Amino acid sequence: MTKQVAYFPGCALEGSAREYDVSTRRVFAALGVELLEVPDWVCCGASSTHGRGQEVALALPAHALRAASQMGLPLMSPCAMCYSRFKLASLELAHPEARARTEAALGQDIGELPSVLHPLQVLDEIAPQATVPLDIKVASYYGCLLVRPPAAGFDDQENPTIMDRIVAGWGAQPVSWAFKTECCGAGMALARPDMVARLSRRVLEQARQAGAEVVVVACPMCQANLDLYTGEKDTPVLYITQLIGLALGLSPRELMLGRHLINPLPLLRAKGLVNHG
Amino acid sequence: MQSVIPTSGFRVEVERESGEVISRCYQCGKCTAGCPAAFAMDGGPRWLLRAVQLGMRSEALDSTTIWMCLFCSACHARCPAGIDIPRVLETVRHISLKERRPPASKEVALFHRIFLGQVAGLGRVHELGLGGTYNLRSGHPLANIGLVPRMLARRKLPLLPYRKKVRWFKRLLSEEKKSGD
Repeated sequence: MTKQVAYFPGCALEGSAREYDVSTRRVFAALGVELLEVPDWVCCGASSTHGRGQEVALALPAHALRAASQMGLPLMSPCAMCYSRFKLASLELAHPEARARTEAALGQDIGELPSVLHPLQVLDEIAPQATVPLDIKVASYYGCLLVRPPAAGFDDQENPTIMDRIVAGWGAQPVSWAFKTECCGAGMALARPDMVARLSRRVLEQARQAGAEVVVVACPMCQANLDLYTGEKDTPVLYITQLIGLALGLSPRELMLGRHLINPLPLLRAKGLVNHG
Repeated sequence: MQSVIPTSGFRVEVERESGEVISRCYQCGKCTAGCPAAFAMDGGPRWLLRAVQLGMRSEALDSTTIWMCLFCSACHARCPAGIDIPRVLETVRHISLKERRPPASKEVALFHRIFLGQVAGLGRVHELGLGGTYNLRSGHPLANIGLVPRMLARRKLPLLPYRKKVRWFKRLLSEEKKSGD
């Protein structure tokens, strides 16, 4: 079991998705995993380096991989985009030519490439210690980047189950549904909000029809798109770390549950999941 | 025996840069059928692969298809020929950018340019600044505006950015621009 990881929150987790950062830190502290934040980390480049040259695309993730390498720890980001960039870059940097070009661009040696983790992989290996029974039906929404492209994903591409297994372990009831890995519209929220609204509404509608009371995600873009581009009366969208936090008895304030546009608190109160906080 | 597959031209250029064997595509159409962005594209992924195979250079380089891709990789996961289709799309996008052709979606191109500019100038993306700059420069000043007060009320949009210039990345971006790469 990994007891210490190099932690890369990513830009969204400092802003719109701060509740994902805070709930991740609290849950991992409770579970005995130490998150050591990568010092002076720089954005991973996200989807904006698609279509740019190899140096531009690899340099930003390489910067983070180098930092984790110096810390001698696996690199973990809760952001599915950062995770995917790091994982794909680490595979490309295994080729000496790509590595040499990237090191020249960075002006530094990258060192031994660290392993790259997403929190779901760590949570999957920890025995649940629920103190509050989670009597709630959950649609696990994986989106794209945790399962695709194949080289970066860590579960079945069409029917992943890791998140269902984790939430079931913590006492919730995962529902079976068809839109687990449909795209929410990703980074198009500014350039094409119409696309994001169309795709995200479809995902939430499918979750509702499958009987889900909440949707659980492990990506800040998925959460933002489903939460901001649907309707305030829609099915609430929680981070998996917020759900696990509830099972650990953490309060809504500690988990920043009041920050979502689709307010989950009335449902969570009705279910008896937050009245202890 | 004499090969009948051309060894030069647009397909070879895209294959060389992307590392993908585009001639393997037999046009089954699974990619476009499962593409969540196909409704916003002119041709879609199946069409783009065919255009590359046939050497329809300007049609491919000036298509909205290469800009609307969400990089969800559903097509790649399902391609019976195992082609990394998003990799092909981004390669065609790269060629289009290198040649400084007007992007078929100026919105998407502008968004990415502002985004990388923020990374170079600030080190991290500042969502409020990104949205504000995009709205001012895109000619859509009111895009997403209804979300701003609700996000501010929930402290989802910090007012001040993190600030640490990334000189090596700024240099990299300007070198790429200079080399026309």
